[in-house]
Amino acid sequence: MLSYVVRRVLMVIPVLFGMSLVVFFMIRAIPGNPAQVILGQKATKEAVAALTHKLGLDQPWYVQYVKYIGGLLHGDLGESIRTGAPIAEEIWPYLAATIELSLAAMLIAVIIGVNAGIISAWFQNSWFDYIAMVLALIGVSMPIFWLGLMEQWLFSIQLDWLPTSGREDVRNPIEPITHLYLVDTLLSGNTDQFWQVVQHLVLPSMALATIPMAIIARMTRSSMLEVMKSDYIRTARAKGLSMFWVVYKHSLKNAIIPVLTVIGLQTGLLLGGAILTETIFSWPGIGRYIYDAIGYRDYPVIQSGILIIATIFIFINLIVDLLYAIIDPRIKYN
Amino acid sequence: MKRKTWFTWLALMLAVMLVLAGCGKSKQTAGGGGDKSSTQDTLVYGRGGDSVSLDPATVTDGESLKVTKNIFDTLLDYNDNDTSIKPALATEWTISNDGLTYTFKLRQGVKFHDGTEFNADAVVFNFERWANGNADKFPYYGSMFGGYKQDDSHVIKEVKALDKYTVQFVLKRPQAPFLKNLAMTPFAIASPEAVKKYGDKFGEHPVGTGPFVFKEWKRNERIVLEKNKDYWEKGYPKLNQLIFVSIPDNSARLNALLKGEIDIMEDLNPTDLKQVEGNKEFQIFKRPSMNVAYVGLTATRGPLKNKLVRQALNYAVDKKAIIDAFYAGQAEPAKNPMPPSIPGYNDAIQDYPFDLNKAKELLAKAGYPNGFEIELWAMPVPRPYMPDGQKIAEAIQANFAKIGVKAKIVTYEWATYLDKLAKGEADAFLLGWTGDNGDADNFLYALLDKDSIGSNNYTYFSNDELHDILVEAQTVSDENKRNELYKKAQEIIKEEAPWIPLVHSTPLLAGKANIQGFHPHPTGSDKFTKVEFR
Amino acid sequence: MAELARTPATPPAAMGETESVSLWKEAWRRFRKNKIALVGAGIVLFFIIVALLAPWLAPYDYKEQQLAERLQPPSGEHWFGTDDFGRDIFSRVIYGARISLWVGFFSVLGSVVVGSLLGIIAGYYGRWIDGVISRLFDIMLAFPSILLAIGIVAVLGPSLQNALIAIAVINVPNFGRLIRSRVLSIKQEEYIMAAKAIGMSDWRILFHHILPNSLAPIIVQGTLAIATAIIEAAALGFLGLGAQPPNPEWGKMLSDAKDFLTQAPWTMIFPGLAIMLTVLGFNLMGDGLRDALDPRMKN
Repeated sequence: MLSYVVRRVLMVIPVLFGMSLVVFFMIRAIPGNPAQVILGQKATKEAVAALTHKLGLDQPWYVQYVKYIGGLLHGDLGESIRTGAPIAEEIWPYLAATIELSLAAMLIAVIIGVNAGIISAWFQNSWFDYIAMVLALIGVSMPIFWLGLMEQWLFSIQLDWLPTSGREDVRNPIEPITHLYLVDTLLSGNTDQFWQVVQHLVLPSMALATIPMAIIARMTRSSMLEVMKSDYIRTARAKGLSMFWVVYKHSLKNAIIPVLTVIGLQTGLLLGGAILTETIFSWPGIGRYIYDAIGYRDYPVIQSGILIIATIFIFINLIVDLLYAIIDPRIKYN
Repeated sequence: MKRKTWFTWLALMLAVMLVLAGCGKSKQTAGGGGDKSSTQDTLVYGRGGDSVSLDPATVTDGESLKVTKNIFDTLLDYNDNDTSIKPALATEWTISNDGLTYTFKLRQGVKFHDGTEFNADAVVFNFERWANGNADKFPYYGSMFGGYKQDDSHVIKEVKALDKYTVQFVLKRPQAPFLKNLAMTPFAIASPEAVKKYGDKFGEHPVGTGPFVFKEWKRNERIVLEKNKDYWEKGYPKLNQLIFVSIPDNSARLNALLKGEIDIMEDLNPTDLKQVEGNKEFQIFKRPSMNVAYVGLTATRGPLKNKLVRQALNYAVDKKAIIDAFYAGQAEPAKNPMPPSIPGYNDAIQDYPFDLNKAKELLAKAGYPNGFEIELWAMPVPRPYMPDGQKIAEAIQANFAKIGVKAKIVTYEWATYLDKLAKGEADAFLLGWTGDNGDADNFLYALLDKDSIGSNNYTYFSNDELHDILVEAQTVSDENKRNELYKKAQEIIKEEAPWIPLVHSTPLLAGKANIQGFHPHPTGSDKFTKVEFR
Repeated sequence: MAELARTPATPPAAMGETESVSLWKEAWRRFRKNKIALVGAGIVLFFIIVALLAPWLAPYDYKEQQLAERLQPPSGEHWFGTDDFGRDIFSRVIYGARISLWVGFFSVLGSVVVGSLLGIIAGYYGRWIDGVISRLFDIMLAFPSILLAIGIVAVLGPSLQNALIAIAVINVPNFGRLIRSRVLSIKQEEYIMAAKAIGMSDWRILFHHILPNSLAPIIVQGTLAIATAIIEAAALGFLGLGAQPPNPEWGKMLSDAKDFLTQAPWTMIFPGLAIMLTVLGFNLMGDGLRDALDPRMKN
């Protein structure tokens, strides 16, 4: 087991290294000079040349790459070309925004998804089951950027219940401590602002939750159905235990493993895959940060940003796999 | 029984969600309505992007200058609605007869936000700082004043403090738009102490003499400025706080305005004009036009090498329809490369009318009776002069199709777009320009002279006669003679047709109805000194 | 990788023609009985027909501009209303089916071909080749896929064709891994061992035994992947990185429509519904195919 863990962790290194190479070359293959972008349409040729030199972008690629990797090995993520700020400092607020959004989305997805899945399995082939599963199928078929826009139109523009975009009210800005605003507002004990943050979270997290919710619901259902057919559960039922207990305690305990996997994988996917949702809701998250950086050709930000997301993603997967291994002894390690 | 438990549970969850939503509503109104009792004194200005740096001399982007305009003052300033000059930090000035010596009397008793005093030494310090820089550090300085200290083309010979409140500029050669240049937002006077203290980080800690003091900058989200209580213009500014927020999407920004999250929004989609006009709570602000949108016809590529073809394409575009559909009428058709408000504009020029037969005739004459295929590049980003490049390209594509010219719409991301244009890789392309200082040179020379090929002359249009005229005009200080030269230049451009000039648009802003004293300036940078809520 | 130690799902044995035919027949029988799957197949068929017959079905030319009739709400004349060029949205949605199906199908075909090739090589030859290819897949899967697609399109330049390539690329590792694991498990089967022992060439073994045995999961995964690919294409179109005007790509139509969300919600609703329905069709069909072809894969 331990050697399996060690091997899995070690395997992360070549992957991250390979990624750094891929990203490095890919962004340099995109036409367009960062210096030109920063200086804008009105810049003179001399200005562009001077800035290119200052940024070291006129050096051969291997020099640039070695410098970058050298920095990384010393824990230096580099500096943003555009703002000049160290990325390690700059990135956290964006990452925090995405983490908050993803966790909120996962919370919704898990609560609704797991319960819907359980009820569907419990009352298999009931109208609830049918409706829930059809909704789940529609959910996975939904372009979420479309869903987000429709939500905005309905809840924000037509009904005027919730704010259209952003994380906070500009007129009543939140003093960041951890940059997870739900936490920050609780820490500062400002309930008004806490509600504000919740309101801003509702629409984007609902949009983002749709797909994982649907997947979790389907997974929970099928996994529950399998468990509930087992002798063990039949016995429990035969013993006259209340159905609620049978379902929620005994069956769920046994059915939860594949569901956990899905939850882990989906959380990882949300972290980097929320670009469109972040765009539509002007959510200052990491996906948007990197996407904008592509527009500005901010090479260091793109490189380090993608590497950070990938690292998180890989480690979430790793943890899921390990958990899986711990919970389910039937798994072989090869 | 058990089913019931379940449905109760479900109902409970639904109820919680509804309450959440309900809370949303009540809080929302509380937040928005709270302002109504007392007069609002914080103005939130919604715009499309964040600033790059708040050291005005180091930037070229409008989003930075918009903010620094309120933190800093320049020696001279533009009047509210045009680019004529008025005193600012300099109260009066004299010009020697040979046009080489400018002497400025400075305003007394002005303090920088850090408490240090504004005087002649501070002015000299700033100009020395820029002149000793290079194109990378202070790009605008080089392009407006002919280079830097070591360059022969550098216009300014020296800047000296005659006494505590008198500064003298000695030029190497006359520069017609010198005063207008001094009024440009980038050439704002910064606190020498703060510049020394913060060094490279001055752009994050800007200290000037302006109506607002820098308070906070959260990248990509907001910049907060606070009232300068000791501002030299007594009784101003009226606002207590000025907040710039970035909302990239035009329609998202409008939603934010409609919901009261912001007070003024920039770049209203012309197509949304009606919606805002019909709403009593809001008003429309129109920024006087100082721009031009055009289709560049790269003079070095394929059929476009032929002047007749370029003229034919000029006949084929229905500017009126484009203005009605995509500018909601808020633009005027362009016939020259610069807008009518610029001195030297040649109004005698007759535009190519929309005439498909004439266009076909010219094409036939040029040897393309059945048309040809070209690429038409569409701008990927909205700009005030071109709110939606893609759609305007589609309209022009349809126009061209009628004379047999099959245009394939191509687009690249903005950075790539400019890069490829500068290399002359496009056939026909959409682009535009907003003037910096209201001078003809800033349009004609910058966009169409052969010297500008590789930077802003993306059409690769090169004409020696035009070049001679434009260079001569740069040094002529007699206003009338200068204007005559520019009028001649526009005739050449009309005949050679390196562009299809499309429109001069009136950029639209929308804001709350109770905002007073806001006059959008043609340069795109507004001073909020006199703005207030009623 | 932790893989569940499961027995290979497809019936093994060096089956003769008849046996394999009956296997497909059996699958077809199961599929036919699955109502939901039939609904899915029906939806897919419907959109395929719409796409094929677009020129006859569409009442207007999808690119014909009538600027005087901009943003008209749905009416008898324009069933889905008009967009901001005064173009008929109904016609555009119909023509859009061509683009989305095209991108969905061919991008997946690309991923399947490249992914299978890499997967077979990795699985069959093993050792360092497997190591390199598997790491490559790991790298690609660790990328947020939409960012990878955006990056690829940024390099190649935005166009429908390049969006298709980008989507094909990001889906390669999914098929690669699938095939690799199939190859790994089939390789251990006795009949393959036997074939090797009697000196059958690698290529023969690959094409006569391993590939046919991997067909079922490829079809299932492929159908589901088309669904994802259509959404991804729409996402790229939405970001302006896919089809260029005047092509009526659904995602592009949505991004044009979002400026008119308050004034003309119909410009937003119909292309979105079209995407959702098509994707739903492929998802239902894919689920049904999985149940039919490989009951044990169901989860």
